Amino acid sequence: MIRDITIGQYYSTDSLIHHLDPRVKIAGTFLYIISLFTFHSLSGYLFAIAFFCGVAALSQVPFSYLARGLRPVIFMLVFTAALNLFWTPGESFFSWGIIELTWEGVEKTVFISLRLILLVLGSSLMTFTTTPNQLTDGLERLLSPLKAIRLPIHEIAMMMSIALRFIPILIEETDKIMKAQAARGADFETGNLIQRIKNMLPIFIPLFVSAIRRAGELALAMDARCYHGGKGRTKMYPLQYRLTDLLAYAVCFFYVGILIIFVP
Amino acid sequence: MSLILQNVSFTYDRGGSNEKQALTNIDLEIGSQEFTAIVGHTGSGKSTLMQLLNGLEKATEGKIYFHGRDIYEKGFSMKELRSKVGLVFQYPEHQLFESTVLKDVAFGPRNMGWENLQIELNAFQALKEVGIGEELFDSSPLALSGGQKRRVALAGVLAMQPEILVLDEPMAGLDPAGRQDIFQMLSRLHQERNISILFASHSMDDVAEYAKRMIVMHEGKIVLDGPPRKIFRYEKELKQIGLDIPSVTKVMHRLRDRGIEIDDSCLTVQESAAEIVQWYRKGAIE
Ligand SMILES: Nc1ncnc2c1ncn2[C@@H]1O[C@H](COP(=O)(O)OP(=O)(O)O)[C@@H](O)[C@H]1O
Ligand SMILES: [Mg+2]
Repeated sequence: MIRDITIGQYYSTDSLIHHLDPRVKIAGTFLYIISLFTFHSLSGYLFAIAFFCGVAALSQVPFSYLARGLRPVIFMLVFTAALNLFWTPGESFFSWGIIELTWEGVEKTVFISLRLILLVLGSSLMTFTTTPNQLTDGLERLLSPLKAIRLPIHEIAMMMSIALRFIPILIEETDKIMKAQAARGADFETGNLIQRIKNMLPIFIPLFVSAIRRAGELALAMDARCYHGGKGRTKMYPLQYRLTDLLAYAVCFFYVGILIIFVP
Repeated sequence: MSLILQNVSFTYDRGGSNEKQALTNIDLEIGSQEFTAIVGHTGSGKSTLMQLLNGLEKATEGKIYFHGRDIYEKGFSMKELRSKVGLVFQYPEHQLFESTVLKDVAFGPRNMGWENLQIELNAFQALKEVGIGEELFDSSPLALSGGQKRRVALAGVLAMQPEILVLDEPMAGLDPAGRQDIFQMLSRLHQERNISILFASHSMDDVAEYAKRMIVMHEGKIVLDGPPRKIFRYEKELKQIGLDIPSVTKVMHRLRDRGIEIDDSCLTVQESAAEIVQWYRKGAIE
């Protein structure tokens, strides 16, 4: 019933992008998101779209699958689009009652929506092509200089990877509990807001109980294997840059460079 | 004649990245007053099949009829189907949520929209039937022991007055005494309340002891369907799909392999003992 959630989920293919070092993908995504705010012209948008399409094609993740990542933000998209469309002052070309459309409004709506869409698509492409474990590994390494100021980077990364690791399990569990309650005639679709929230209790309570039980078991298991934090810990597969990673960095900087220097 | 599956297929995540055909061309009829076991290796589609029976998952192809009515027809009441075909999930105790045992058991009947008096009566009766004493009715279901929790969960489905009770591995994780309790309870329900029982199991010993009919699944298909006594003759074929036969039957098969003239279809220890004694006496006379 809730298997449609795709954000933060890995789509396995054997592509060049999948094999890149996670640090490249994190830094690249970060750069790409920043780059979306450096231009104000049509050519800039076209360039950014072209870059995204190129990377997406290389990643071999089907476009229909990528587009599903947009689903959770559709409401926000429509809302911002409507705000911009109706409340931008300028040269009006259509009016009906209090509704007034301006050319400036249309332009702004299209551009802001594009920017939002690219932002979400860009970051979901990263999570589609990088396993949660690689992602936290990459983050840990990228942020490790902060250890110097006593930030517990390893522990934060560990917490993140545990949380990510449990997302699919919790989704599956929720699905199972929902079905079990539905088998007892529970109804999650009708009623007003308060009624619906109340109807969720038979899902949330067992879900919390099992999450807490799992957390306890995991803590015990980690303790039993003498886990004691990041100090002196080494990796089984240490991250190492290869030639393709360096090339990918070069491509990213090249893209941003062109945007900043040549595109208004 | 009460539940009929016609050429049913089911695919998970159709069109998605992990599309998986879980059931292929299933033809099946579950009558009234049956005591049937579904066996199959992990991943053979037992749980999926069970979820189709009460409409939790919708067949991607094929039809399902309940008392002659197509359950996917417009206007068919899924709520009623779910009360008539009670489904008990694997580890059902993980779904308990109410503050008291009685309230939790009453959750199903309440969802059916019955009268308060009837709800209470059904919950009460169901708890009695699974052997939960009145002193526990007001305690938190989370405070019970594992075996008790499972029985309360079972009562939660029983309280909806099902005609067919479908149980997904009802014995998983229980100790031998707990397993026997559950089975004796199911036998009693079957005999006294005329409920048709359908359960998935891995234990061939349990199947041999209790089931009157046995459905063997392999990779989403039904490969054998009949009385356990007949099906356990196919020891080699069962082994090929990762299934065993009851330990007693295995002993009898081995004895027969050594040329001892006995009926090797015995399913229980008593039966086999009698058969062996008879063979021994016969030998003594000759
Ligand atoms: N929620 C699900 N999403 C996708 N595939 C599933 C899901 N549940 C089960 N499957 C797949 O369907 C097949 C049948 O599973 P299942 O019915 O659980 O078998 P069994 O109960 O006999 O172990 C398996 O291959 C399993 O991986
Ligand atoms: Mg199963």
